[in-house]
Amino acid sequence: MWNKRREDETPRPVTPPASGAPAGPVAPNPVEVKKEATTVSSMPVGRIEPEPSRSSGGSATIGKAVKIVGQIYSKEDLFVDGDLEGTVEAMEHKLTIGPNGTVHASVKAREVVALGTIQGNVEAADKIEIRKDAKLVGDIKTARIIIEDGAYFKGSIDIVKPEPARVAAKPQPAPVSAAVNQAAPAAVEAKR
Amino acid sequence: MLTDRLKSLLRGQRETGPAGPPLGSPKTAGPPRAKSSPGKPPQVATRPSRGLEEFFSYIRGQSGLTILDLGGATQQNVSFITGLGHRIYSENFLQVLNETFEGEETGQSNPGRIDYFLRQALDYPDGHFDGVLIWDVLEYLEPALLTAVVERLRKIVRPRSYMLAFFHSDIKVEAVPVYTFRIQDVNLLHITQEGTRNPAQLFNNRSLEKLFGSFESVKFFLTRERLREVIVKV
Repeated sequence: MWNKRREDETPRPVTPPASGAPAGPVAPNPVEVKKEATTVSSMPVGRIEPEPSRSSGGSATIGKAVKIVGQIYSKEDLFVDGDLEGTVEAMEHKLTIGPNGTVHASVKAREVVALGTIQGNVEAADKIEIRKDAKLVGDIKTARIIIEDGAYFKGSIDIVKPEPARVAAKPQPAPVSAAVNQAAPAAVEAKR
Repeated sequence: MLTDRLKSLLRGQRETGPAGPPLGSPKTAGPPRAKSSPGKPPQVATRPSRGLEEFFSYIRGQSGLTILDLGGATQQNVSFITGLGHRIYSENFLQVLNETFEGEETGQSNPGRIDYFLRQALDYPDGHFDGVLIWDVLEYLEPALLTAVVERLRKIVRPRSYMLAFFHSDIKVEAVPVYTFRIQDVNLLHITQEGTRNPAQLFNNRSLEKLFGSFESVKFFLTRERLREVIVKV
């Protein structure tokens, strides 16, 4: 009986913890959230967090129990509610840092909405919103900025006038299901 | 003996009397915090500001300047400064002050803490700014910290640039209103008062001239709200 139970609990291959250096090359899609059978933390099990509102074009979500170290290139809207270190690029899309999100990274996106913490320089081609209770430490380059009362911001703001409309728009590529691509090896760590 | 006791009691009363803090000496130990009045909505007013008008008159006609705002980031100030074609640096000076000196027994006189504070709040290269909106934050600094901050400001601001600072002109007050200053126009300020706060020092014209003695010039404007608006040329 005991042996059988142990077999059930045999862990799947696990990605290395994020605390150390990235251990060698990782498969192209290393963003893998580990669903653990046994919880180590004191967080209540089975509690479902409300999903953030998504734009009609779909969006990828990095949940609050996920930590990513590396580079992220996104071809769809991205919602970050976990920890992120490195760089984030979503040049033609919206990047939202959720209330639990902590980003230590340089960020480039069409639009950035900060509800959590960003430490790093931000380039938002269209606009950036720093919501109440958000914290942003870094330099901002953007066309428009919205700062709510109660937001903390330390750094410089450069307003860059948007480029004139492009002459011919390129045809949109077919939608890709997994839009979060990792160019560099990344370590993923489940917090729970 | 009774006479001595009476004398000491009277002396004690005089020391804790209603008079404001002595000029140029610290009033309280530790960081003075804002006291908000619960249930009381913030008081809002719009008033003309000669100091602000003077500040903008010096940078008018130029663009691409670098302005430091020590009052924290507000939508109005960011929009106004960037709308003039300048780059703005926002610094929530009072928040850093509170965080740095929270629970500090020696108040704001510990050299290590002062150094740390300067690194947190004013760590910029020499001659980096073309103007500074100081607002009223200098009133909350005790002498040692104030001297260090003014000296640092002198370094990080380009020569012949201007700084705008506000000081309460009533030097007998115990607590001063805590304001958030939002720029509405080149000569118009939208002011929100949220609670009061004990100033570390209060200044008259003479002590202000002494404070900014190493700068090129100091100009005063007195407002109806008993504020001294001071334009300092670096």
